[in-house]
Amino acid sequence: MQTSRFTLLYRNFANNIYSKPLSRNRFIHKAFFHATKKILQTSGAPAPAPAEGYLPGVAQSKFIKSTQEEALKNSELMNTGVANGETKKMNMFQAINDAMGIALTTDETAVIFGEDVAFGGVFRCTLGLAEMFGRDRVFNTPLSEQGIVGFGIGMAAVGHTAIAEIQFADYIFPAFDQLVNEAAKYRYRSGGLFNVGGLTVRSPCSAVGHGGHYHSQSPEAYFTHTPGLIVVMPRSPIQAKGLLLASIRDRNPVIFLEPKILYRAAVEEVPVGDYELPLGKAEILKSGKDVTVVGYGSQLYTLENAIKLAEKDIPGLSCELIDLRSLSPWDVDTVANSVNKTGRLVISHEAPQTSGFAAEVATSIMERCFLRLEAPIQRVCGLDTPFPLIFEKFYVPDMTKCYDAIKEVVNY
Amino acid sequence: MLSSITSRLSRNISVFNGRSFVRQFASASAETVNIKLPESSFKTYKCDPPSLDIEVTKDELLRLYKEMAVMRRMETAADGLYKSKMIRGFCHLCTGQEAVAVGMEAAITEDDAIITAYRCHGFTYVRGGTIHSILAELMGRKAGISRGKGGSMHMFSKNFYGGNGIVGAQVPVGTGVAFTQKYLEKKNATFILYGDGAANQGQVFEAFNMAKLWDLPAIFVCENNFFGMGTAAGRSSANAQYYTRGQYIPGLQVNGMDVLAVKQACSWAKNWTTNDQGPLVLEMVTYRYGGHSMSDPGTSYRTREEIQHMRSTKDPITGLRQRILELGFSTDDEIKKLEKEARAVVEEAVAEAQKEPQPDESEIFTNIYAKGTEPPIIRGREREEFAVMNQ
Ligand SMILES: Cc1ncc(C[n+]2csc(CCOP(=O)(O)OP(=O)(O)O)c2C)c(N)n1
Ligand SMILES: [Mg+2]
Repeated sequence: MQTSRFTLLYRNFANNIYSKPLSRNRFIHKAFFHATKKILQTSGAPAPAPAEGYLPGVAQSKFIKSTQEEALKNSELMNTGVANGETKKMNMFQAINDAMGIALTTDETAVIFGEDVAFGGVFRCTLGLAEMFGRDRVFNTPLSEQGIVGFGIGMAAVGHTAIAEIQFADYIFPAFDQLVNEAAKYRYRSGGLFNVGGLTVRSPCSAVGHGGHYHSQSPEAYFTHTPGLIVVMPRSPIQAKGLLLASIRDRNPVIFLEPKILYRAAVEEVPVGDYELPLGKAEILKSGKDVTVVGYGSQLYTLENAIKLAEKDIPGLSCELIDLRSLSPWDVDTVANSVNKTGRLVISHEAPQTSGFAAEVATSIMERCFLRLEAPIQRVCGLDTPFPLIFEKFYVPDMTKCYDAIKEVVNY
Repeated sequence: MLSSITSRLSRNISVFNGRSFVRQFASASAETVNIKLPESSFKTYKCDPPSLDIEVTKDELLRLYKEMAVMRRMETAADGLYKSKMIRGFCHLCTGQEAVAVGMEAAITEDDAIITAYRCHGFTYVRGGTIHSILAELMGRKAGISRGKGGSMHMFSKNFYGGNGIVGAQVPVGTGVAFTQKYLEKKNATFILYGDGAANQGQVFEAFNMAKLWDLPAIFVCENNFFGMGTAAGRSSANAQYYTRGQYIPGLQVNGMDVLAVKQACSWAKNWTTNDQGPLVLEMVTYRYGGHSMSDPGTSYRTREEIQHMRSTKDPITGLRQRILELGFSTDDEIKKLEKEARAVVEEAVAEAQKEPQPDESEIFTNIYAKGTEPPIIRGREREEFAVMNQ
């Protein structure tokens, strides 16, 4: 019985993929297309897969600021002193590097540590910083996540700025106790005598096309479930720089999750100066009147494409897309205001659905906007399975699934 | 190498009843020689070293040789398949470290247990995984040893508890395995492998303490290949003498590039632990020729000369070949033939594995919970099913 269900499910994928409007659309998720085709060949050797590791198509996104004018036309930059300043082409890992360089320049107590960070780290985010600031400020640690985070907590408790890198978000779990019990509760349990506000833990997260079980997970909800922690996930170079600087300087411990597939996905004109973007504030990326679509990190680009397709297929439809940016605290007001206007909400993230962050958003909005809702809130999330190696394209909440959900709330 | 083998080689033909055909048969297979390992094979910590005398047969040496040769071919094939994008994900090869897996397996029985980290293809092979199933797993095929669901870092077989991707996590897990052996009063041991980098995870020390506290047949084996990704052992470890890091656990450093030294050490260790003497820490001094994983060329943190030097002076396969030649067990041509066979076996497995289909899509939802105990719906499925039902 199960098998036939899956055959159906599978055909549905195939139908969706090959149906006219989709295959005509130039925004079709290429990798998904490819994987589906691969799986369609039930026997024989599948063709080798294309190069991956970055998200194709992000560079063409409307949300990528590829000119100086676009980059600086941002109300959040108005009071930061970089509004009229210089910009430089950077992709996300360079913008993160730039932010850390500024943090070390402006704060004498700031240090960076983690596995192989003095060599630049796996994703090159700390490239050149050891040379620039010295090995006593940018240093390699042993392979010891619990140790790394605990050590950072100690430094931060004294008042120093500790910027720790956990090589992959999947390896943050050995440090789970330190984050959840020590970092998050230091202020509370010392009655305010101590705090670890100077601690920022950066870690690359989410799918990368071929990462499998231990190089793909999105653990944000484990941490948003922990009062005392700030959780942030940026979507682009400009965002990453401003949010990271704010995170490093924020007086609470911050977990800064960087979608690794975005590190080299697109270049923006990033202000070279020192600026922060607000934590706890969502950003409306595209305004619309019919459906509120909420996401964060790399999922926003999938949502952008899904919206594009839905708006094309359903004449007159206009969707509002919101980037949460911070997940804890998160900006309920911006989302609630939007849903009060649209009456429909679709939330999407890559992490599994059950107890995922979308559940939190859905409940809060249901509480705030119950009478305004025109359709059940939809969650489009990763499947409730371990993150698969070869079934990644089926696991992720891809454009087709997001498109379906938008259609569903519209047609309800 | 020559000096390492005593001139007092006792060539005794063990199966010999005077009839010439038996003698011929014997010399072709079961001739035993006593080899003396070099003094430098072992260094001890709080224990006496294993004997340097090891008795081997021609058959066994040729088998060890072939296993290492096949293993290297298999990894070379994986390298090629990765580069042609047939293998996805993270892939860690054990080229250079073959003697550890092969020597260890030669010393134990299939009732002993092994657990290791992600550099696991070689161990999977010696633990009975076929080359076909290993390559199929690497390529994410249904015929893979983990049904195509694990990939490079997640391979398992009988009494082989993986293939574990989280650095250090396998060490307390292996300690639990060892406990069951003691609990069931089995004369078996668990070999728990981890790297020089992993040696710094707190879990390793927690496991040491439990194993000693309860005198478990746990043999902690640090494969010291001098690097944890790009970090040299001396830069990550306050004490890089890994065999001494058990503090209250006796230790032995072993030349991990000599398959016979590894075998001798593992036999000794098994004997030690199964006689209720408690755990041991072995340090296998070895070397990986390639990068940490396929995305690391492996030359930015060490020189090409260093790699070349290790290859030309320490290689476990070349070392054993010389030993075999010196013993007169085989001619160069015969060894070349073995090499050829190894290549052929692997080439065939590559060709066959490539023909295997991918797992069924229904496998997305299997093996998460025990069969029959799955939640009625796995969240994330309803959307698609809804869409299907409405077609
Ligand atoms: C908890 C955890 N942290 C980090 C990693 C990333 N990582 C994988 S292997 C490795 C180096 C391990 O070195 P070592 O233990 O010496 O083993 P080797 O690779 O040399 O076999 C690192 C840092 C991981 N897999 N798990
Ligand atoms: Mg190592």
